[in-house]
Formats: sequence, C-alpha cells, structure tokens
Amino acid sequence: MSLSLSSAPFTRSDSQVQGIMAAVVLALVPATVFGVVIFGWPAFFLWTVTVLSALVFEAACLTLAGKPVKAVLLDGSALLSGWLVAMTLPPWAPWWIGVVGAGIAIVVGKQVFGGLGQNPFNPAMLARVALLVAFPLEMTTWALPSLPFSSSAPGLSDGLAITFAGASAVDGMTGPTLIGNWKTELSQGRGLSESLVSGHYNVVASLLGWKAGSLGETSSLLVALGGLWLLKKKIIGWHIPVSLLATVAVLASVFALIDGERYAGPVFHLTSGAVMLAAFFIATDYVTSPSSPAGQLIFGAGCGLFIFVIRTWGAYPEGAGFSVLLMNALTPVIDHYVRPRVYGRDLKGRPLDLPGGRR
Amino acid sequence: MYILFAIISLTGMGLVLGFLLGAAARYLKVEENPLIDEIEAMMPGSQCGQCGYPGCRPAAEALVAGEAPVTLCPPGGRALAEQLASKLAVDLDLSEVEDQVPMVARVDESTCIGCARCYKVCPTDALVGAPKQIHAVIADACTACGKCVDVCPTECLRLHPVKVTLRNWRWPSPDMVPAKAA
Amino acid sequence: MAALSFFPFGVAGRIRGGVHPEPRKESTADRPIETAFPLPERLYLSLQQHAGQPAEPVVRVGDKVLKGQLLAAGQGTISAPVHAPTSGVVTDILEYPAAHPSALPTPTLLLEPDGEDRWIETRGSADPFGLPPEEISARVGAAGVVGMGGAAFPSAVKLNLGRKTRIQTLLINGGECEPYLTCDDRLMRERAADVVDGILIMLHGLECDQAIVGIEDNKPEAFAAMSAAAAPHGGRVQVRQVPSLYPMGWDKQLIRYFTGKEVPAGGRSADIGVLMHNVATAYAVQQAVRHGRPLVSRIVTVSGLAVSAPRNVEAPIGTLLADLLAFCGHRPEDTASYVMGGPMMGDFLPHPRVPLVKGACGILALSRREVAASDAKACIRCARCVSACPAGLLPLEMVARIRAGQLESAIGYGLKDCISCGSCSYVCPSEIPLVHYFKYASGELVAREQMKHRTEQTKRLAEERQARFERQKREQAALAAQRKAQAQRKTEEAA
Repeated sequence: MSLSLSSAPFTRSDSQVQGIMAAVVLALVPATVFGVVIFGWPAFFLWTVTVLSALVFEAACLTLAGKPVKAVLLDGSALLSGWLVAMTLPPWAPWWIGVVGAGIAIVVGKQVFGGLGQNPFNPAMLARVALLVAFPLEMTTWALPSLPFSSSAPGLSDGLAITFAGASAVDGMTGPTLIGNWKTELSQGRGLSESLVSGHYNVVASLLGWKAGSLGETSSLLVALGGLWLLKKKIIGWHIPVSLLATVAVLASVFALIDGERYAGPVFHLTSGAVMLAAFFIATDYVTSPSSPAGQLIFGAGCGLFIFVIRTWGAYPEGAGFSVLLMNALTPVIDHYVRPRVYGRDLKGRPLDLPGGRR
Repeated sequence: MYILFAIISLTGMGLVLGFLLGAAARYLKVEENPLIDEIEAMMPGSQCGQCGYPGCRPAAEALVAGEAPVTLCPPGGRALAEQLASKLAVDLDLSEVEDQVPMVARVDESTCIGCARCYKVCPTDALVGAPKQIHAVIADACTACGKCVDVCPTECLRLHPVKVTLRNWRWPSPDMVPAKAA
Repeated sequence: MAALSFFPFGVAGRIRGGVHPEPRKESTADRPIETAFPLPERLYLSLQQHAGQPAEPVVRVGDKVLKGQLLAAGQGTISAPVHAPTSGVVTDILEYPAAHPSALPTPTLLLEPDGEDRWIETRGSADPFGLPPEEISARVGAAGVVGMGGAAFPSAVKLNLGRKTRIQTLLINGGECEPYLTCDDRLMRERAADVVDGILIMLHGLECDQAIVGIEDNKPEAFAAMSAAAAPHGGRVQVRQVPSLYPMGWDKQLIRYFTGKEVPAGGRSADIGVLMHNVATAYAVQQAVRHGRPLVSRIVTVSGLAVSAPRNVEAPIGTLLADLLAFCGHRPEDTASYVMGGPMMGDFLPHPRVPLVKGACGILALSRREVAASDAKACIRCARCVSACPAGLLPLEMVARIRAGQLESAIGYGLKDCISCGSCSYVCPSEIPLVHYFKYASGELVAREQMKHRTEQTKRLAEERQARFERQKREQAALAAQRKAQAQRKTEEAA
C-alpha cells in the first residue's frame, strides 16, 4: 500500500473558516437582539428578510457559477454578510430595502469578483452606501426606540404592515438620529450645546443604545463588548480597532478643544453612529483589510480619519461606510508597500550587512 | 473672414503634417518586426525543427504572426513557453507542455555500427565518436530533437524518457496531486 | 542604512511568529530509550544520507566487514562517509527506495549481519582536549557525523566553517519543538554527561569559549540533568530555558533569541560568529572523538496513534522503518500517513519499506484521527499565516501568486526566505497546503533556471557548430580556388 504524496505539516490547528464566521455572528447577537427589542417587530422582520435573501442570493450565484452550493453556504460567510447589512439598515425600512441590500452585498459586492476572499470592498458597506445613495428617504427614516409591549411599540400586525405593506410610520414614532440632528442644527447655525440639549443627548443612553439609529448599531456598548470578545478569542487583531478608535478620539478631542461649539467631543463621536460596528466588525473584515500589522494600523487610522472628516465637514452625517470603502480601495496599495520585515533583511528587503560591512 | 483663415490654416497644417507622416513612413520604415529578432534570440537556436518550422527564425516569425502556440518548442520546455507568453502577452496553456516528459537520446551499444551519420546531423554536437567506433550521447547537450534517430540505419539510437532520480525529483503542484481519500 | 541599524531588529529574547501545536510527547517522553532493539536480518545503507555528494563504496560485494568499518567514502567537499552498523557480509550494491517523499530508488549497500556485532579496532582519545583543534573536525568528518536534527548537513564541514570565521558562541539546540519527538529529551535526561562532553570537544575544536544550550521549558527533567552535567565546567557551557513555541528550534530563531543578532539573508550563522549544533550531534561527536566510534546508530522516536507501544529506540542505521514500526506495535491498517521526522517539517513517506538514515529523528505512523485532512477552501485573507510566520513573510500573497502561475513574483513576497517550517499551513483555517505550494514553486523555479541555462548552452553549441561549418566551407572554397588556380597555371604552362 502506497499513500499519495502530501507535504508537511501533518497536523493542523482546529481553527476553521466556519468556526471563525460562527464566532463573529455570535458576537453580533447581543447588539442585534437589543436592536430588535427596542425597535420591535419591524426590525425583526427586516432582519429575517435580509439574512434570508443573502442566503438565497449566495445559493443562486453559486448555482450559476457551478460551484458546490451546500459546502460554501455552510461556511457562514453569506449569513454574516447578510447579518451585517441588516444591522446597518434603519429598523423600520421596508422589506425590499433588505432584499436589495442583501443582493448588492452578495452579488455585486462579493460573487462577481469570484466569491469569498476575492472582493476588494466590504460587501455590507457597499450595500449600505449604495442604498443610501439610491434610496435616501427610506434610508434616513429612523424609528425612535420604545420599550417592548409599551403603547408606542408597534404590535405584530402593525409591524407586518410597516415592513411589508409600506405603511408609513405614525408621527411621533420617528425622529432624527443624534448625529443627523447635530448636523442639521449646525447647518441652521445652532451650536452644539443648544442642539445636543434639544436632541436630548445623554451619554449613558447613547452608550447603551436608547436612541434612534440603525438596527444593530445603536448600542455602542454591546457592539464593543462583542468586539472585545472577538479580540479575546483572537478572531480579530487589535491593530485596526485600536487605531481606528484612537484616531477618531484624538481628532475629536483636538477639534473640540479648538472650538467646543462647532465640533463634537470624543465621547459623542465614539458612542454614536456606526463607529463601533465599523471598528470591530467592518474594518476588521479579513478580505478587505491589509494583512501586515503595520498595514492594519495605517488602515484603521485612515478609516478613523475619514469617519471624522466626513462627519464633521462632509455632506452626510455618518461617514463609516464611505470611510471603510475608501480605505478598502487603498488596501492593495498598503499591502504592496507595507510589508513585514523579512528575517535577515532590512525593511527594503535587502540582506542585512554582515559585521564589518561585508555584504 | 475668420472662417476663411481657419479653413486655410487647418488645411495647410493638414497638408504639412500629412506630408511629414508620409515621409516618415517612407524613410523611417521598420524593415521587419523587431519582435521577431527578440523572439529568435530567446529560442534555443539549434534549428532542430521539432516545432514543425524549418528553423528557429521561421518559428519566431510564426509566433509573432500568432500562427503558432507559445508552447511550440519542446527543447525550450515550460521555461521558454512562460518567457514567450510574457513577451507576447498571451495567455499560457501549460497543459500541452505538462504532458511532455523530458527525453534524451541513447545509443544501444550492441547494435551501433559506427557509421558516423548521427553526429553529422546533431545540431548541438551532443553525439561523440569517430567512424567505425561506437558513438555515445552527451546527455547534458542532447535536446531530444530526434534527428539522429531518423538517420540511424540500425535503429540503435532511440529517445528515452529522462530518468527521475532523487537529484532531479521535484515537488508536484498541490493542484496536480489527487485529493486524499480521507 | 546607518539609521536602520539603530532599529530594534535584534533584541535578545525577541520571538517572532510561531504556533503552539499540541505537543503529543507524553506517550514517549517518560519511557527510557530502548537499547535492546534486535538486529534486523538485513541493513540497507543508503549512500546518500547527508546533504551534498553521495558517498562512493570502498567495499565489494561479498566482503566481510566489521562494525564501524568504512563502507563508502565521502566525495568532494560536502559529503560524509558511511560505516557498517554491525559486523557481517556486504551482499549487494543495489538501487533501493530512499527515505524520501518520492521513495525513488537510490544506490544502497546491502549488509547481512552475522549476529556477532564485532567492533573494528577503534581509535578513541582519552584526552580529546590534548588533540590539536583541527584534528577534532577531521575525526568528526571521518566518523560520518551529520546534523542529527533532520538537515543531515555534514558536521565536520560546519565545524571547519566555524574555524574560518571566528566563532564567539556555540549554540546547542535542545529545543525539540516538533510535536511527538522526544529523542533529544531522552538523550539529555539519560546521557547528559556525554552530551556535555561532546559540547566541550566541539568548543575545543572551534577554539571557542562559550556554549549555550537552549532547552524548551516543557522539558524540566532534561533541563535539570543538563544543568547538573554542565555545572562543573564553570560558565563555558550554559544551559538555559527557552519558551515552548514552534519553531523555537529553527536555528536562526534561537540565534536571535540568545544573541539578538540576525543572520543576514543568504548568509550563514558563522558570518555573525555563531554556530549551532543539535544535542544529538554533540553526542555523536563525543562518541566519535572520545571512543572513536563512527555514527552507526541513532536514537529515534517511534510514535503516532497507529503504533501501540510508542517509544524511543536506539537502532542501527539502515534498519527498515517497517521493522522499527513493527517492533513498536505498528498497525498498518490504521495508518493514514508515514512521516520521517516531526509532523511539522518531517518528510512524507509513501510506505515504510525504506531504511533509517542518520538524519531521521522520528518515525511517525499517524492515524486518520491525527491527520485530519480535508480539501482546501478559499483563502479568506485572515492573515493568520502572516502572524504565524517566524521569518516575516506574507504566505497568503505567495500562494495567491503561485496559484496564478506567477512564480517569479512570489519571490518578491519571500519565497526564497521560506524555511518550510509549516506554521502557516498549521494555522490556515481554509486548510490550504501552503508549504506544499512553496516546495513546488521553489523546485519549479530551480528547474526553470536549469532549463534556461540548458537552452543557453544548446544555443552556444549550435552556434559553435554553425561557425565550424562555415569555417570548413571557407577552407574548402579556398582549397578549391587554389586547386583551380593551379590547374589553370598548368594549362597555361602547357599552352
């Protein structure tokens, strides 16, 4: 009996693609559950529709491409992409927003490039930005949080109507996001102290997530906890989250010190919008971020810089999606120029000098 | 008035430039595609004819004209095919080259009559010997072109596959190894 | 450049990359070395057991030889001789499958033992430190000692190299970071005094004052035994613990860990005044110089779930691995892979009917449970391979290039700096056989280089031939013209 040729190593770690995807999904669960609880049935329906359509789109693409459907679906990447898209949507958005979003993420964002590992841009962010540009009204109608089963919370039938029948939300149940409010007020010449008070800004509520916002983004605390757990499990590295958050915090502090009325402080920036989700779940996407530690630091810092710039001076209130996409485009360049130093070579790849200056 | 100026000046410019172009085409004419020379320089130059063309230059011409595949040259092997593919910017289909086992000519000493025909035709002087003496092949110089096999009157010259030993064994690509029955 | 040298490139104690594979050493670590391995019926002595030129037989078929007698002499500068592992008769010189992934036949001496195991008269040295230093490497070379850690590089060549450049530190590798393997661990526990003696002999041969023995901190018994054995020799032999991490036993990693210096790419460790040998090599050196015994046997770990009595065996070189495995209760039907060496860097063997060679530190018969092999999936660019790589390469980029057929551009990402340690393949969640791709690409590049060289040579030969033909034609033409002129002159004269 002769065995067919194989190469060392003959032992492997037990880490598998499926396990990695499962861990990321698990880390998203708390924030998602929180979003569903405070935004009610419509959020649940939208989440379900988005995730299911992501799986259907993936299966359809795989069938068209003649690839094994079951094996690839089971790797969990489509589930994760769909889930992330759902988390960035306004919770009471109509069902077709979820379907279109999942379609953009899976088909345009991933499969046209050849599937898992080949896409240059983060599929979820691509979907979010495309939806925002194409359907600005639906993508900026934000539901206000309400306690489950309270009078302001939509019931099952209301929920079905909101998600599937396009029932317009009752007045008083929608409102601007904090960050959008700040932007609008600023454009009307009102300073921060005024607008934040009128927007009922509360650090604790903002951190916990009791505010208008995307389905899974409002609770910065739960998103960050999920991210920290991933860090602890070594699913993601610290380089991107730390450099991204630090860049946002430093820039916000500097500008807030210069003009506290014009520029929001670091706490406001870190606890609002998609910055936490971007730092731990979006920018850390393996496929679209650089592979060397130094490159990851640059990438994270770039994301942070763009987030701050777009939020502060751009036309859109939130810049996480655009920032990540911009840095995704730079990833190949970063990967090309920022590489680890090879043993026995200097940073430019030349052999180290021998003692005595010989080469 | 302005229109007239415009028409006259543009026509004039057109005429002058056209004349210049015509002159350039006539006096600066490239006799032959310089690519052919470059390709020919890459070929082994043994004029063995294994590609089906009467020599390396005709083969290079066919390559540049796109009439021959970059895998046409057996002595050049895969390395040459890759070089040609990158030079001519064409996609490389290695499946054809992959199947060819490297060969080498060998003399069967029991039937060699020392007729000396083989070493006269060998393009790389890989055959040594003298008339009326048994000939031998220098394996390192043999390109397995088969010319000697054609002229040998006793069929003592044959092409044999090059023997794989520990020294020339190479790891096959993982894509070539059949999947492990787990 | 000057600014770069200030960079904290080499800080002693710094480790880059690395993985923590399951040690799986417990089944063999606590059993003493088995020295009662019965002599096999036949020994197959490969003439190529070392890096470099194969040895050339100096005996003929039918010769009676004694244990330790020279059978084949080394050829050229990098080579090693082969000696008889026991007394007996040379019955054949044949082509026999080599202990190599291809198991291709290679020239092999067949020795039939007579069962007496009678030593040839040995030339030991009661006081090796009284010998001239250059005599040490000469004796080590004559004894056929090669690197016992797996590389099988002739030790004498390495020692001589050390004599050319001034060696400040002799590093002794007792890391044994590969899973399963415990032969060095057992050797250090049981024969620490001999190992230390071997280290001192090497120090004498190198005219060097300091040796550092690095032992992974998962071998406290070996560390204690070696420390005790080294204690009487002052600071000349220091025994130190290193963290348990694969590949801690990579010579360059250990060099950086202890000295803070890196071996320049394309250079040798001797260039920065460091030389590294394995503990088992130190033992072989001691046997060769003090007792005059050539390298005819070695301690090898026989392990894996497909053997029921795994242990370390001291076996004669040339024993068929199948015999060794059978001795340890091998179940062929459960075996999914045969490995020579450790599971991270060892060599695949298609079957165990190949002989034991000097560099084989382990023989593993791995069961299906241990080699969970499944098909490679798409790369998700998780960069775990980047953080695991001890050499600072980008394995994922290299594989992407190789898969696309761009072997040359893989070099730009470090293909030539790859040490095939297997850390990247080990951590890859998509189970891509990265190291296999790198081995393939390296071999293919070498083959292409040779092919290119050959094409150039062919061209030169063809041109020379062409030039010769033209010269002959010219000469013939000149001759013909001469004749014609002569003939004309004659007719003119006649007229």
